[in-house]
Amino acid sequence: MSILINGSTRLLVQGITGQEGLFHTRQMLDYGTNIVAGVTPGRGGEWVLDGKIPVFDSVRAGVEVTGATASVIFVPARFAGDAILEAADAGLELIVCITEGIPVNDMLTVKQVIRDKDVYLIGPNSPGLITPGSAKVGIIPGSITQKGNVGVVSRSGTLTYEVLYALKQAGVGTSTCVGIGGDPVIGTNFSEILSHFEGDPQTDVVVMIGEIGGNEEEKAAAFITDNMTKPVIGFIAGQAAPPDKRMGHAGAIIEGGVGTAQAKIEALQKAGVQVAHYPEEIPNLIKQ
Amino acid sequence: MRLHEYQSKEVFAHHQIPIPKGRLASTPEEAKLIAEELNGTVVLKAQVLVGGRGKAGGVRLVNSPKEAEEEASKLLGNRVKDIPVRRLLVEEGVHIQQEIYLGMTVDRERGETMLIASAEGGIEIEEVARVSPERIIKVGINPLLGLRDFQIRNLATEIEIPRPLWRAFITICHNLYEAYQELDATLVEVNPLVITTDERIIALDGKIIVDDNALFRHPDLVDKRDISAEATEETEARKFGLSYIKLDGNIGCLVNGAGLAMASMDIIHHKGGLPANFLDIGGGASAEKVAAALRIILSDSQVETVLINIFGGITRCDEVANGIKQTLEELKPDVPFVIRLVGTNEVEGRKILAEANLVTAESLQEAAEKAVNLAKEVA
Repeated sequence: MSILINGSTRLLVQGITGQEGLFHTRQMLDYGTNIVAGVTPGRGGEWVLDGKIPVFDSVRAGVEVTGATASVIFVPARFAGDAILEAADAGLELIVCITEGIPVNDMLTVKQVIRDKDVYLIGPNSPGLITPGSAKVGIIPGSITQKGNVGVVSRSGTLTYEVLYALKQAGVGTSTCVGIGGDPVIGTNFSEILSHFEGDPQTDVVVMIGEIGGNEEEKAAAFITDNMTKPVIGFIAGQAAPPDKRMGHAGAIIEGGVGTAQAKIEALQKAGVQVAHYPEEIPNLIKQ
Repeated sequence: MRLHEYQSKEVFAHHQIPIPKGRLASTPEEAKLIAEELNGTVVLKAQVLVGGRGKAGGVRLVNSPKEAEEEASKLLGNRVKDIPVRRLLVEEGVHIQQEIYLGMTVDRERGETMLIASAEGGIEIEEVARVSPERIIKVGINPLLGLRDFQIRNLATEIEIPRPLWRAFITICHNLYEAYQELDATLVEVNPLVITTDERIIALDGKIIVDDNALFRHPDLVDKRDISAEATEETEARKFGLSYIKLDGNIGCLVNGAGLAMASMDIIHHKGGLPANFLDIGGGASAEKVAAALRIILSDSQVETVLINIFGGITRCDEVANGIKQTLEELKPDVPFVIRLVGTNEVEGRKILAEANLVTAESLQEAAEKAVNLAKEVA
């Protein structure tokens, strides 16, 4: 078992003919992900990767022909909001948006529209998801993970890789890893992913990697107190970050005193979460 | 990107939000001339992009054109909160009856824009939030429905705007939302919005922050960015697509990825050191980017040690190692480096660094310890 993606996920890639899209499609395919279609408006009818994957003009057409169930988005930021809406309109149940730099007001409209639909949006500004041994959707390097019983959820990219790598070095494997994205407005938050892990028989422990900005970690802490029976290990990046400065991610900013690492760590500890001081401490805490 | 007060007021005027009469002055003579046009009593406001400008002496009320000239000559060329004052906004003085806070920003939690208002105008909203949070009223705006009149009327009642002024207030709120959307702003703030003794509503101050991610839709704004308020390294970094923030410590950091960059700073702290900066070189770090990043870090004279932490997923460690080696050969810095490369082609990368006699580390923990110790030795 795993969450959100598995061997039967039928993936469609939006922006498949772009440099990034094509590169990562190859990586995902090599990992064993079942990629059934690509979409680039104006390029319908072509085939990419040695004729393995058909390209369609629209998500709707790709879904009709191939029965795709999920989409991953690599289109440039200025078109990405539209791409998400197109995927939602075509009825896909999982949409993973890798694109970074989407204007936040575009995302507010997107969020409003998908709120009423039966769809999971992961991201934007997400590295995607990986279920080691069966599928990856996005850009998480397959080589740094191994199959296991630890669920990982994170707002970050390379920091997530660091944690996955530290787990693997320590002989600890991952059930599914979900990067929920580093933007201020994202589709799916910590609590929803935690809830999936709580219900997943393959997951025994959850690692949650947060960072400064917003209050989703605090909300997750409340969710953990009320709903989680499985142990959760936490890490919050940005303890040394100054206020009112955006630390790379659009969402990583302490504004008006809200979003400090200290407040998040305290909330998590109160919820019984063991919070690591640095990423490499996480495997030790799991083994305890 | 933050706009100056005078730029924000240009936006307000364009959207029919009333502002005080006034103009920009860059010399004391101009300030005098504008004061004459406005019949004497004027306010001189330093155009610097910092909060708490009034308290820091950046705003002066004067009673005659002569006094305007004198005060302007004191302000211009001086610094307010360490930022040089190059321009003053010279505005008519108004008689204030009531001060209101009015703002719009992104409500991250609910995923919508919120209109914020408070009867406690004129002081920083964070201060109001701390002392009397019940005095801050928030209204969510559905992006598909827009801001509705009834929502504004409810707000007007809560913050005690006199009924005869409701119509004017409703118009101002609608126009402000229009400006917010048109500019792709993430913050629009009018603090204070004042009701004058002769019953007019005027935006006395203005602050607008535009979403950097939406600047592609606003090429005209990009030219208006005032870089005098930023650290020069931050401006330089942006040119290369790097994200850099200067801090007070002595350990320079070069990392790929924002979360990992923060975590690297944190572990330096945890091991008893102080990071000199946040620097994210982003994905697909080319030799050119690495070189630019190193130059920026080394231009900070406080830096006594540099920690490089690269997690190669798609980025190849041997490429990064070559970039580091070449740059160091060229720059010949006299500060020690600790380098940690993990991931794709890490063995090859480490070999290149070892041949160049650079200190390497296997784990992040080890790298941070080494960097902190080296920084102590240097100090």
